[in-house]
Amino acid sequence: MELWKLTALELGEALGSGSVTRAAAVQAAQARIAWIQRSCNAFLTVTDPQTPQKAGDSPLAGVPMAYKDNICTKGVRTTCASRILENFIPCYDATVVERLAAAGAVSLGKLNMDEFAMGSTSETSCFGPVRNPWDLTRVAGGSSGGAAAAVAAGGVWYAVGSDTGGSIRQPAAYCGVTGMKPTYGTVSRYGLVAYASSLDQIGPIARSAADCAAVLDVMIGRDARDSTSLDRPADGLLAGLTGELRGKRIGLPADCFGDGLDRPVASAVLAAADVLRARGAEVEEFHLPVMKYVVPAYYIIACAEASSNLSRFDGVKYGWRAESYGDLGELYTSTRTQGFGTEVKRRILLGTFVLSSGYYDAYYKKALQAKAVIKAAFDRAFARYDLLLTPVTPSTAPRLGESLSDPLKMYLSDIYTVSVNLAGLPALSMPCGFDPQGLPIGAQLIGPPLGDGEVLNAAHAFQLETDWHRRHPGGQYAPAAAEGGI
Amino acid sequence: MTWETVIGLETHVELATKTKIFCSCTTEFGGAPNTHCCPVCMGMPGTLPVLNQKVVELAVTAGLALNCAITPHSRFDRKNYFYPDLPKAYQISQLYLPIARNGRVDIGEGKTIRIHELHMEEDAGKLVHDPWLDQTLADYNRCGVPLIEIVTEPDFRCAEEVIAYLEKLKETLQYLGVSDCKMQEGSLRCDVNLSVRPAGSAQLGVRTEMKNLNSFKAISRAIVYEARRQIELLEEGKPVVQQTRRWDENKDATYAMRSKENAQDYRYFPDPDLPPVELSGAYLDRLRAALPELAEAKRVRYQTQWGLPAYDAKMITSQKPLADFFEALVSLGTKPKQGANWIMGQVLGQLSAHGLEAGDMALTPPTLARLIALVEAGKLNRNTAVKVFEAVFETDGDVDAYVAAHGLEQVSDAGLVAEAVEQVLAANEKSVADYKAGKEKAFGFLVGQVMRRLKGQASPAMVNQVLRDRLG
Repeated sequence: MELWKLTALELGEALGSGSVTRAAAVQAAQARIAWIQRSCNAFLTVTDPQTPQKAGDSPLAGVPMAYKDNICTKGVRTTCASRILENFIPCYDATVVERLAAAGAVSLGKLNMDEFAMGSTSETSCFGPVRNPWDLTRVAGGSSGGAAAAVAAGGVWYAVGSDTGGSIRQPAAYCGVTGMKPTYGTVSRYGLVAYASSLDQIGPIARSAADCAAVLDVMIGRDARDSTSLDRPADGLLAGLTGELRGKRIGLPADCFGDGLDRPVASAVLAAADVLRARGAEVEEFHLPVMKYVVPAYYIIACAEASSNLSRFDGVKYGWRAESYGDLGELYTSTRTQGFGTEVKRRILLGTFVLSSGYYDAYYKKALQAKAVIKAAFDRAFARYDLLLTPVTPSTAPRLGESLSDPLKMYLSDIYTVSVNLAGLPALSMPCGFDPQGLPIGAQLIGPPLGDGEVLNAAHAFQLETDWHRRHPGGQYAPAAAEGGI
Repeated sequence: MTWETVIGLETHVELATKTKIFCSCTTEFGGAPNTHCCPVCMGMPGTLPVLNQKVVELAVTAGLALNCAITPHSRFDRKNYFYPDLPKAYQISQLYLPIARNGRVDIGEGKTIRIHELHMEEDAGKLVHDPWLDQTLADYNRCGVPLIEIVTEPDFRCAEEVIAYLEKLKETLQYLGVSDCKMQEGSLRCDVNLSVRPAGSAQLGVRTEMKNLNSFKAISRAIVYEARRQIELLEEGKPVVQQTRRWDENKDATYAMRSKENAQDYRYFPDPDLPPVELSGAYLDRLRAALPELAEAKRVRYQTQWGLPAYDAKMITSQKPLADFFEALVSLGTKPKQGANWIMGQVLGQLSAHGLEAGDMALTPPTLARLIALVEAGKLNRNTAVKVFEAVFETDGDVDAYVAAHGLEQVSDAGLVAEAVEQVLAANEKSVADYKAGKEKAFGFLVGQVMRRLKGQASPAMVNQVLRDRLG
């Protein structure tokens, strides 16, 4: 058995029993990272293992992992894959970094992403795109593309990403790994460089739902530094994974299985529904008539908040500054014109426009109303169902360069994931098959607010029946020398 | 034509909290540049604001005292603009749902000023320009210091009303402990909106906004100047342009800063990092019950309960630290009128001599109470006591120790006094003769001579008595 093919919990157990040493785990990861860097460009910064002071008592203690590069790490540069922060070294750790370090997590570095988490392909990174380990001509998804690729390719056993409109779930689906966006507020956002504050949520990307539960058990809970954070539930998520689905009602929104959905994706997700049914769940179709509002509402709200959140990157205090400027106005304009990439500037301009005097009511206010309508529709759905099952994306990973030329098409491909952020719900993406090209397909489970345990349990039940999550990208790209093994 | 001036005020008041509005940095004034800040108030990436509950308490207290309706479900909004003193490039403020609205302040003589709203916000930093090096440096110490902005309706008609309002506001906020209102440290700052219109007109004229007004004097003079400038324009048939103007203290004039066309679009929207501020009825009741006695109530009580003259009561209540000092004196057994005299005479005199605010005084009530008690007991005469007071004022020194060390205790030994009287009579035969011839003035001279021999430490009453007895 090659170490890199273990789940995080399996490796944690091996470390705990002493059958694998921490050094061996780190070495196995580093061997994989060497290949991943050459092929996938998943890491922006590879550090020496950041070994915590304490051993930690989490089942994941000692397991190598990495952070998306929009999560602040004290003393380790945090770039958000942007030129404007290419030299930014935080003097503080994000709350999740503190909590994971205290639980014994060993960080190996910072992961590539779309610039400021804006994008669905990790191609807007100013440090070059992330490539999909299943097919290096394809994108890894985004914005947590580096995180999904690194986990899929065995560079780390889990990664911590962020999800504003699908940024954990969509790359997890494209790369054949499991990713979870928890209920808004369950994980502190302190230290996460904000894209859209009301939608951003930190979450895990790992090899299984159980791994995600174990990572979340460490990260969740109220943080005095984040006013929007919520109290920790009494019961552990990992401990709650029974795999029991009998009596659970799962709704399939017919609106998510219509036009625009590729056939292989539809078939794989419907097959997943059958697996859940076989475990005792009742699965039925229903109508969720709000899907047409979700993409416009999402992009208005996210861009509006982004335009304000990203204003602080002005070249005055830290980060990159334009080399020449005549006065203060030029300092701002040149720094931001040259420091931000095209997609970020597009969203800042959109957001600035929708908040402008005279347009606020027509766009931003209306988008907030749409958000309330979407939330109410989900509330109604959860009055009838314990969980919802949908695709994560309309298709599998596109080829590099295909999406950037048509941003509108890229935005529309977020249709199944963004509604979850607008409603603040927990949702998980799990591998459920492959298309004819051998590219992974993801299914999304959505739960009611604070139904994180329910979502993880259903995914766990699915993974007890299937082995899609134990598939690994083919070895043809991996030189044998780089393969770690015991 | 006669013209009417119409004025509205926006007053920023720094709240007297120990820590900043969204982080735990100190709000202390001064400090080396960039030493009172942290990643949160410097707006570093990924940091988040957490509301200081004391700010809400002080803002609500101010709102209640200004007779406002308190918003039970209030919210913070972001005001977006670029400036190097604003590290997040947005100020967290309140636009849509300010914490308090629709208040009023009585400023005397039947005049009431309506309060449009009172909202909470964070202060920005400070830019320091070095013209020699042609460099601008930023000091973020003040970033995130909590402010309330109090916006009035356009209810003022002259500078005097504005000053009366500000004095009342300052007095009220100081009494509430909401702010120290030190204008010289920027903890009370004022923007003046002013327009003129033909007397009797119901329509408002075009207004200008004046900034950089750092003293009551500047406010007063800027209002007079700006009203005259606008009237002159209109009388010459020229329009008043809506603009922001800067008061130049040295030139005694206002200058255009920016016009309405260049006004910024602040793109306000609700701050997603801060949940709404929900205030329960019980919370408001508790703060209402905790409102302290304000100056006006004290003025009445000092007159009725302690028999102070109206003038004394007004003088002492004009500053809360003085009123507190006075009440402490009385509770230590000082007769109210005695205490009032000392405060109005010596305390205010020394404060002004040292250029101090009442709140910054080292002297404590027990020290002055002890001094007054010594005078009352006949152990110090008043002139000596004043000298002792001046000596102990700055450091709150020990009165008894000072008196003992300098041998100042009053001579109340009748024998000593009699001896001095005999010596003076023997040495001043002419004056004795003058007195006996009916020249009352000569008696005063003799008293003075006796006091001199006793180094001023005798009780004047006793000297008088002994001298009269002796001269029969």
